Amino acid sequence: MSGSASDDVPDHVKLMKENAPKLMSIAPYAAALGMELIDFDQGVARMRAPYREDLVGDPETGVIHGGVVTALLDNCAGVAVISALQKFKSTATLDLRIDYMRPGERGRDIMGEAECYNVTKSVAFVRAWAYHDSKDRVIATAAGAFALNDPGGWAKMANKAKEALS
Amino acid sequence: MTLDASEENHDAFTAYLQSLPFVRFLGIRCDIRGDEMTSILPYQDMLIGNPTIPALHGGAVGAFLEIAAMAQLFLASGIARPPKPIDLTVDYLRSGAPEDVFARATITKLGRRITNVRAEAWQTRRDKPIAAIHAHFLMPNAPET
Repeated sequence: MSGSASDDVPDHVKLMKENAPKLMSIAPYAAALGMELIDFDQGVARMRAPYREDLVGDPETGVIHGGVVTALLDNCAGVAVISALQKFKSTATLDLRIDYMRPGERGRDIMGEAECYNVTKSVAFVRAWAYHDSKDRVIATAAGAFALNDPGGWAKMANKAKEALS
Repeated sequence: MTLDASEENHDAFTAYLQSLPFVRFLGIRCDIRGDEMTSILPYQDMLIGNPTIPALHGGAVGAFLEIAAMAQLFLASGIARPPKPIDLTVDYLRSGAPEDVFARATITKLGRRITNVRAEAWQTRRDKPIAAIHAHFLMPNAPET
Protein backbone atom coordinates (compact mmCIF):
# COMPACT_ATOMS: atom_id res chain seq x y z
CA MET A 1 0.00 0.00 0.00
CA SER A 2 1.24 3.42 -0.76
CA GLY A 3 -0.22 6.88 -0.59
CA SER A 4 -2.52 8.53 1.92
CA ALA A 5 -6.29 8.91 1.52
CA SER A 6 -5.90 12.36 -0.03
CA ASP A 7 -3.80 10.85 -2.82
CA ASP A 8 -6.87 8.89 -3.88
CA VAL A 9 -8.74 12.12 -4.62
CA PRO A 10 -8.39 12.86 -8.36
CA ASP A 11 -6.63 16.09 -9.27
CA HIS A 12 -9.70 17.68 -10.86
CA VAL A 13 -11.73 17.04 -7.68
CA LYS A 14 -8.97 18.65 -5.59
CA LEU A 15 -9.05 21.65 -7.94
CA MET A 16 -12.84 21.85 -7.60
CA LYS A 17 -12.57 21.68 -3.81
CA GLU A 18 -9.96 24.41 -3.69
CA ASN A 19 -12.23 26.64 -5.78
CA ALA A 20 -15.57 25.54 -4.31
CA PRO A 21 -16.81 29.04 -3.36
CA LYS A 22 -16.34 30.20 -6.96
CA LEU A 23 -17.67 27.11 -8.76
CA MET A 24 -21.25 28.36 -9.13
CA SER A 25 -20.17 31.62 -10.74
CA ILE A 26 -18.82 29.70 -13.74
CA ALA A 27 -22.34 29.05 -15.06
CA PRO A 28 -24.11 32.39 -15.60
CA TYR A 29 -27.56 30.78 -15.42
CA ALA A 30 -26.84 29.18 -12.03
CA ALA A 31 -25.61 32.57 -10.84
CA ALA A 32 -28.71 34.31 -12.25
CA LEU A 33 -30.92 31.97 -10.21
CA GLY A 34 -28.76 32.67 -7.14
CA MET A 35 -27.81 29.02 -6.74
CA GLU A 36 -25.25 28.22 -4.02
CA LEU A 37 -23.07 25.15 -3.71
CA ILE A 38 -23.36 23.83 -0.17
CA ASP A 39 -20.92 20.94 -0.34
CA PHE A 40 -19.78 18.09 -2.53
CA ASP A 41 -17.61 15.03 -2.39
CA GLN A 42 -16.76 12.26 -4.81
CA GLY A 43 -20.10 11.41 -6.43
CA VAL A 44 -22.38 13.57 -4.28
CA ALA A 45 -23.34 17.25 -4.28
CA ARG A 46 -25.73 19.59 -2.46
CA MET A 47 -26.93 23.01 -3.60
CA ARG A 48 -29.47 25.62 -2.62
CA ALA A 49 -31.84 27.67 -4.79
CA PRO A 50 -33.07 30.68 -2.80
CA TYR A 51 -36.75 31.62 -2.85
CA ARG A 52 -37.30 34.67 -5.04
CA GLU A 53 -40.47 36.45 -6.11
CA ASP A 54 -39.24 36.73 -9.70
CA LEU A 55 -38.95 32.93 -9.99
CA VAL A 56 -42.56 32.24 -9.02
CA GLY A 57 -44.54 30.09 -11.45
CA ASP A 58 -48.01 30.61 -10.02
CA PRO A 59 -48.67 34.06 -8.51
CA GLU A 60 -51.76 32.76 -6.67
CA THR A 61 -49.81 30.24 -4.62
CA GLY A 62 -46.37 31.88 -4.67
CA VAL A 63 -44.82 28.52 -5.57
CA ILE A 64 -41.46 28.60 -7.39
CA HIS A 65 -41.68 27.43 -11.02
CA GLY A 66 -40.73 23.82 -11.71
CA GLY A 67 -38.13 25.10 -14.16
CA VAL A 68 -36.03 26.32 -11.23
CA VAL A 69 -36.07 22.79 -9.76
CA THR A 70 -34.99 21.43 -13.17
CA ALA A 71 -32.00 23.79 -13.24
CA LEU A 72 -31.09 23.06 -9.61
CA LEU A 73 -31.15 19.27 -10.05
CA ASP A 74 -29.42 19.36 -13.45
CA ASN A 75 -26.60 21.49 -12.05
CA CYS A 76 -26.33 19.47 -8.85
CA ALA A 77 -26.25 16.22 -10.84
CA GLY A 78 -23.52 17.62 -13.09
CA VAL A 79 -21.26 18.38 -10.11
CA ALA A 80 -21.97 14.92 -8.63
CA VAL A 81 -20.96 13.30 -11.94
CA ILE A 82 -17.73 15.25 -12.45
CA SER A 83 -16.69 14.67 -8.85
CA ALA A 84 -17.38 10.92 -9.22
CA LEU A 85 -14.92 10.55 -12.11
CA GLN A 86 -11.45 9.21 -11.46
CA LYS A 87 -10.19 11.17 -14.44
CA PHE A 88 -11.66 14.41 -15.71
CA LYS A 89 -13.99 14.14 -18.71
CA SER A 90 -16.42 16.53 -20.28
CA THR A 91 -20.05 15.81 -19.37
CA ALA A 92 -23.34 16.53 -21.10
CA THR A 93 -26.83 15.80 -19.80
CA LEU A 94 -28.46 13.11 -21.95
CA ASP A 95 -31.77 13.14 -20.16
CA LEU A 96 -33.29 14.12 -16.87
CA ARG A 97 -36.61 12.84 -15.56
CA ILE A 98 -38.23 14.75 -12.72
CA ASP A 99 -41.14 13.49 -10.63
CA TYR A 100 -42.97 16.10 -8.59
CA MET A 101 -44.16 14.83 -5.22
CA ARG A 102 -45.46 18.08 -3.72
CA PRO A 103 -45.13 21.77 -4.49
CA GLY A 104 -42.48 23.85 -2.78
CA GLU A 105 -43.70 26.24 -0.10
CA ARG A 106 -43.96 30.00 -0.55
CA GLY A 107 -40.98 31.86 0.85
CA ARG A 108 -38.71 28.86 1.39
CA ASP A 109 -35.38 28.02 -0.27
CA ILE A 110 -35.16 24.73 -2.17
CA MET A 111 -32.30 22.33 -1.53
CA GLY A 112 -30.95 20.03 -4.21
CA GLU A 113 -28.98 16.86 -3.62
CA ALA A 114 -27.52 14.50 -6.21
CA GLU A 115 -25.76 11.15 -6.11
CA CYS A 116 -23.89 9.65 -9.02
CA TYR A 117 -24.40 5.93 -8.40
CA ASN A 118 -22.82 4.38 -11.46
CA VAL A 119 -20.14 5.40 -13.92
CA THR A 120 -19.42 3.46 -17.10
CA LYS A 121 -16.90 4.29 -19.81
CA SER A 122 -19.23 6.67 -21.61
CA VAL A 123 -22.26 7.26 -19.36
CA ALA A 124 -22.84 8.26 -15.72
CA PHE A 125 -26.13 7.68 -13.89
CA VAL A 126 -27.50 10.02 -11.25
CA ARG A 127 -30.33 10.21 -8.73
CA ALA A 128 -31.35 13.56 -7.30
CA TRP A 129 -33.75 15.06 -4.79
CA ALA A 130 -35.23 18.51 -4.14
CA TYR A 131 -36.57 19.36 -0.66
CA HIS A 132 -36.88 22.07 1.98
CA ASP A 133 -35.69 20.25 5.11
CA SER A 134 -34.75 16.67 4.35
CA LYS A 135 -35.11 13.83 1.88
CA ASP A 136 -37.87 12.45 4.12
CA ARG A 137 -40.22 14.98 2.57
CA VAL A 138 -39.16 15.62 -1.00
CA ILE A 139 -40.53 18.19 -3.41
CA ALA A 140 -39.19 16.24 -6.38
CA THR A 141 -37.03 13.28 -7.25
CA ALA A 142 -35.02 12.97 -10.43
CA ALA A 143 -33.05 10.43 -12.43
CA GLY A 144 -30.61 11.35 -15.13
CA ALA A 145 -27.99 10.03 -17.49
CA PHE A 146 -24.91 12.02 -18.46
CA ALA A 147 -22.67 11.38 -21.46
CA LEU A 148 -18.94 11.33 -20.70
CA ASN A 149 -16.59 12.47 -23.43
CA ASP A 150 -12.84 12.41 -23.54
CA PRO A 151 -11.61 15.88 -22.84
CA GLY A 152 -10.27 16.54 -26.34
CA GLY A 153 -10.72 20.28 -26.36
CA TRP A 154 -10.81 20.27 -22.61
CA ALA A 155 -7.25 21.26 -21.91
CA LYS A 156 -8.20 24.57 -23.49
CA MET A 157 -11.47 24.69 -21.56
CA ALA A 158 -9.81 23.83 -18.26
CA ASN A 159 -7.38 26.68 -18.81
CA LYS A 160 -10.25 29.05 -19.52
CA ALA A 161 -12.00 27.84 -16.37
CA LYS A 162 -8.81 28.44 -14.38
CA GLU A 163 -8.63 31.94 -15.82
CA ALA A 164 -12.27 32.55 -14.88
CA LEU A 165 -11.59 31.36 -11.35
CA SER A 166 -8.45 33.37 -10.81
CA MET B 1 -61.00 32.72 -15.15
CA THR B 2 -60.79 31.12 -18.55
CA LEU B 3 -58.95 32.18 -21.67
CA ASP B 4 -60.55 32.26 -25.06
CA ALA B 5 -57.98 31.30 -27.68
CA SER B 6 -59.79 33.15 -30.47
CA GLU B 7 -57.72 35.66 -32.38
CA GLU B 8 -59.18 38.76 -30.75
CA ASN B 9 -58.13 37.30 -27.41
CA HIS B 10 -54.49 36.72 -28.23
CA ASP B 11 -53.51 39.91 -26.44
CA ALA B 12 -55.29 38.76 -23.27
CA PHE B 13 -53.58 35.38 -23.60
CA THR B 14 -50.19 37.01 -23.98
CA ALA B 15 -50.89 39.35 -21.06
CA TYR B 16 -51.78 36.37 -18.87
CA LEU B 17 -48.54 34.57 -19.73
CA GLN B 18 -46.57 37.72 -18.99
CA SER B 19 -48.25 37.94 -15.58
CA LEU B 20 -46.29 34.85 -14.50
CA PRO B 21 -43.05 36.05 -12.87
CA PHE B 22 -40.81 33.20 -14.08
CA VAL B 23 -42.03 33.64 -17.68
CA ARG B 24 -40.99 37.31 -17.44
CA PHE B 25 -37.67 36.38 -15.81
CA LEU B 26 -36.76 34.24 -18.82
CA GLY B 27 -38.20 36.80 -21.26
CA ILE B 28 -40.33 34.14 -22.99
CA ARG B 29 -42.76 35.29 -25.69
CA CYS B 30 -45.38 33.41 -27.67
CA ASP B 31 -46.36 33.85 -31.29
CA ILE B 32 -49.87 32.51 -31.89
CA ARG B 33 -51.30 31.82 -35.35
CA GLY B 34 -54.73 30.24 -35.18
CA ASP B 35 -54.38 27.29 -32.84
CA GLU B 36 -50.64 27.01 -33.46
CA MET B 37 -48.18 28.61 -31.15
CA THR B 38 -44.43 29.05 -31.27
CA SER B 39 -42.75 29.97 -28.01
CA ILE B 40 -39.60 32.06 -28.17
CA LEU B 41 -36.76 32.22 -25.65
CA PRO B 42 -34.77 35.29 -26.69
CA TYR B 43 -31.04 34.87 -26.09
CA GLN B 44 -29.57 36.53 -22.99
CA ASP B 45 -26.07 36.03 -21.57
CA MET B 46 -27.52 34.81 -18.28
CA LEU B 47 -28.92 31.70 -20.01
CA ILE B 48 -25.44 30.25 -20.52
CA GLY B 49 -24.53 27.16 -18.53
CA ASN B 50 -21.11 26.40 -19.99
CA PRO B 51 -19.26 29.57 -21.05
CA THR B 52 -16.35 27.71 -22.62
CA ILE B 53 -18.34 25.97 -25.38
CA PRO B 54 -20.44 28.25 -25.04
CA ALA B 55 -23.74 26.43 -24.46
CA LEU B 56 -27.12 27.29 -22.97
CA HIS B 57 -27.83 25.86 -19.51
CA GLY B 58 -29.84 22.63 -19.64
CA GLY B 59 -32.03 23.99 -16.87
CA ALA B 60 -32.90 27.06 -18.94
CA VAL B 61 -33.82 25.01 -22.00
CA GLY B 62 -35.77 22.55 -19.83
CA ALA B 63 -37.71 25.35 -18.14
CA PHE B 64 -38.45 26.94 -21.52
CA LEU B 65 -39.88 23.65 -22.84
CA GLU B 66 -41.96 23.25 -19.69
CA ILE B 67 -43.39 26.73 -20.19
CA ALA B 68 -44.00 26.11 -23.92
CA ALA B 69 -45.92 22.95 -22.97
CA MET B 70 -47.88 24.82 -20.31
CA ALA B 71 -48.72 27.68 -22.68
CA GLN B 72 -50.04 25.22 -25.27
CA LEU B 73 -52.18 23.74 -22.54
CA PHE B 74 -53.62 27.17 -21.68
CA LEU B 75 -54.45 27.65 -25.35
CA ALA B 76 -56.05 24.22 -25.74
CA SER B 77 -58.01 24.17 -22.50
CA GLY B 78 -58.76 27.84 -21.93
CA ILE B 79 -57.73 27.43 -18.31
CA ALA B 80 -55.87 30.44 -16.96
CA ARG B 81 -54.13 28.77 -14.05
CA PRO B 82 -50.75 27.09 -14.22
CA PRO B 83 -51.23 23.31 -14.27
CA LYS B 84 -49.11 21.36 -11.79
CA PRO B 85 -46.39 19.22 -13.34
CA ILE B 86 -46.63 15.54 -12.33
CA ASP B 87 -43.50 14.38 -14.10
CA LEU B 88 -41.38 15.49 -16.96
CA THR B 89 -38.47 14.09 -18.93
CA VAL B 90 -36.06 16.30 -20.79
CA ASP B 91 -33.95 14.78 -23.56
CA TYR B 92 -30.93 16.86 -24.45
CA LEU B 93 -30.13 16.30 -28.11
CA ARG B 94 -27.63 18.98 -29.06
CA SER B 95 -25.88 21.72 -27.15
CA GLY B 96 -27.74 25.02 -27.33
CA ALA B 97 -25.86 27.81 -29.11
CA PRO B 98 -25.94 31.36 -27.69
CA GLU B 99 -28.92 32.28 -29.88
CA ASP B 100 -32.72 32.49 -29.61
CA VAL B 101 -34.54 29.20 -29.01
CA PHE B 102 -37.97 28.29 -30.40
CA ALA B 103 -40.40 25.62 -29.23
CA ARG B 104 -43.59 23.97 -30.35
CA ALA B 105 -45.72 21.78 -28.10
CA THR B 106 -48.23 19.08 -28.97
CA ILE B 107 -50.90 17.90 -26.61
CA THR B 108 -50.89 14.14 -26.95
CA LYS B 109 -53.89 13.73 -24.68
CA LEU B 110 -56.01 16.43 -23.09
CA GLY B 111 -57.63 14.67 -20.16
CA ARG B 112 -60.12 16.02 -17.65
CA ARG B 113 -57.62 15.50 -14.83
CA ILE B 114 -54.31 14.62 -16.46
CA THR B 115 -52.79 15.83 -19.69
CA ASN B 116 -49.84 14.50 -21.67
CA VAL B 117 -47.77 17.03 -23.58
CA ARG B 118 -44.67 16.81 -25.77
CA ALA B 119 -42.54 19.74 -26.84
CA GLU B 120 -39.44 20.27 -28.95
CA ALA B 121 -36.95 23.12 -28.98
CA TRP B 122 -34.79 24.16 -31.91
CA GLN B 123 -32.61 27.05 -33.02
CA THR B 124 -31.62 27.49 -36.65
CA ARG B 125 -33.33 24.41 -38.04
CA ARG B 126 -36.61 22.90 -36.98
CA ASP B 127 -35.40 19.43 -38.04
CA LYS B 128 -32.38 19.70 -35.74
CA PRO B 129 -33.98 19.93 -32.28
CA ILE B 130 -31.70 20.79 -29.36
CA ALA B 131 -34.00 19.33 -26.71
CA ALA B 132 -37.39 17.68 -26.24
CA ILE B 133 -39.66 16.99 -23.30
CA HIS B 134 -42.64 14.86 -22.55
CA ALA B 135 -44.61 15.71 -19.47
CA HIS B 136 -47.78 14.99 -17.53
CA PHE B 137 -49.69 17.85 -15.93
CA LEU B 138 -52.50 17.83 -13.39
CA MET B 139 -55.24 20.10 -14.71
CA PRO B 140 -55.87 23.04 -12.35
CA ASN B 141 -59.58 22.38 -11.92
CA ALA B 142 -59.17 18.66 -11.31
CA PRO B 143 -59.91 17.07 -7.97
CA GLU B 144 -56.58 16.12 -6.42
CA THR B 145 -57.51 12.80 -4.87
